[in-house]
Amino acid sequence: MGLQALFFYIFAFVAVASAFMVIAARNPVHSVLFLILTFFNAAGLFLLTGAEFLAMILLVVYVGAVAVLFLFVVMMLDIDFAELRAGVLEYAPVGALIGVILVAELIVVLAGNAFTSNAAGTGASPIPLPSERTNTAALGDVLYTNYIYFFQIAGLILFVAMIGAIVLTLRHRTDIKRQDISRQVARTPEASVEVVKVKPGQGI
Amino acid sequence: MEGFLTTYVWPGLIMVAQSLLLLVSLLIFIAYILYADRKVWAAVQMRRGPNVVGPWGLFQSFADLLKFVFKEPVIPAGADKTVFLLAPLVAVTLALATWAVVPVSAGWVIADINVGILYIFAISSLEVYGIIMGGWASNSKYPFLGALRSAAQMVSYEVSIGFVIVAVLLGVGSLNLTDIVMAQHDGIGTRLGLPPSLLDWHWLSLFPLFIIFFISALAETNRPPFDLPEAESELVAGFMVEYGSTPYMMFMLGEYAAITLMCALTTIMFLGGWLPPVDIAILNWVPGIFWFVLKAALVFFMFAMVKAFVPRYRYDQLMRLGWKVFLPLSLLMLVIVAFFLKLTGTAP
Repeated sequence: MGLQALFFYIFAFVAVASAFMVIAARNPVHSVLFLILTFFNAAGLFLLTGAEFLAMILLVVYVGAVAVLFLFVVMMLDIDFAELRAGVLEYAPVGALIGVILVAELIVVLAGNAFTSNAAGTGASPIPLPSERTNTAALGDVLYTNYIYFFQIAGLILFVAMIGAIVLTLRHRTDIKRQDISRQVARTPEASVEVVKVKPGQGI
Repeated sequence: MEGFLTTYVWPGLIMVAQSLLLLVSLLIFIAYILYADRKVWAAVQMRRGPNVVGPWGLFQSFADLLKFVFKEPVIPAGADKTVFLLAPLVAVTLALATWAVVPVSAGWVIADINVGILYIFAISSLEVYGIIMGGWASNSKYPFLGALRSAAQMVSYEVSIGFVIVAVLLGVGSLNLTDIVMAQHDGIGTRLGLPPSLLDWHWLSLFPLFIIFFISALAETNRPPFDLPEAESELVAGFMVEYGSTPYMMFMLGEYAAITLMCALTTIMFLGGWLPPVDIAILNWVPGIFWFVLKAALVFFMFAMVKAFVPRYRYDQLMRLGWKVFLPLSLLMLVIVAFFLKLTGTAP
């Protein structure tokens, strides 16, 4: 148990410290790198609670894909650091307010048992031991068996959003050359090469 | 105090010893696949390849190592120093860290975790950071273009690799790498009444996925013909332009460690891991690690041959292949595998 506590404190400390650095770092790219470190440590905390599937999905989805796009955008932007610094104090009260609201909500949820009032219902189907059922299988049961329709609808909404974003940004440019591979492959020498006999001194 | 020794210190020491053993053998293996890569390449082009250091040039990689280590690392004045030096470290650490869950023989694995393949997928999806950080921190044009290319390329091909992995997992019913190998003990061959043999392995039953995975693995590890992040004809050396000496060597080591991992993963998922090709007594006496290394080396030979005789792709062709060919194809195969398992009732 001692070792687990040690690792918990390491992960938690690094996560909190790097989360602070996300907002404190002067360079936005450093901020994103610290954000990645925070995600990584959050995955470590998930592992310690035995949620290995969630930990790996956090790494694959957030660190491996979402944060890469973040980094992409932040690197491409031409940011004036001094101008960015100037606005910090202006926004600080709003940020503090949001922070206070979040903390208050967390306290309400954790202290008031807002979401465990129907605990009797979940007790009817007991939670199997981790040794009997891996949490990957358990999550699969919940998502794909118990709540399949909700899960699929969520997927469809995301899909529609994605198509919407593509439709908004896609424009067909007619003034550029495009490669049409099937047309290239379908070309034959008969259709595209003409042999011309040229008599000396006459030209074509 | 007594309990502390037996619960923490001894298991910890054993784990460290195991990791060191795996790491050292892996590094020696990498030294020789580097040599093999150059030799195969040379042979295809009718050259002799490295042949001066040691008998038949066998110590070439170690000579290169010494040369890299004893040169002075040059850091460009405009570079972001910390990130610049961190990038190769990230690349090599992540590439070596994935090996923690790879079983090289029955029970020969450092961490036999439930979500082994997901762990490999997660860590190898992080490897792109080494490249992006290196490209950005160099503060120069070519490295930055190389890093952007590489980020887009690795994220694209991860998608099809992910679908291939899911299709394999559907048939196996477990994310544990040892279970994936053991599931290949019976398959098409045993259904036909033959003894367990190489016909049972997934390469036959999931042949299209095997091909997709192999090509995606080439793209994921930036191997030719998909080595666009460092395409020397357009980007000088891509994200590595500003790197020299030890940091450069670490990028190189990370790249080859990722390649060996992809070879090992192909072996585990499609070529039966450490299972002998035919289930007869003589072949069963050979230790499993021999078969594992042999198969991984065979996959690497294919990697090396592809490098030697396939010309480099153009970038838009690469993206087209990833998104318009492999993604629909692997998704279709996933649906077919799922339907097959459901209709025949063979789902685990």
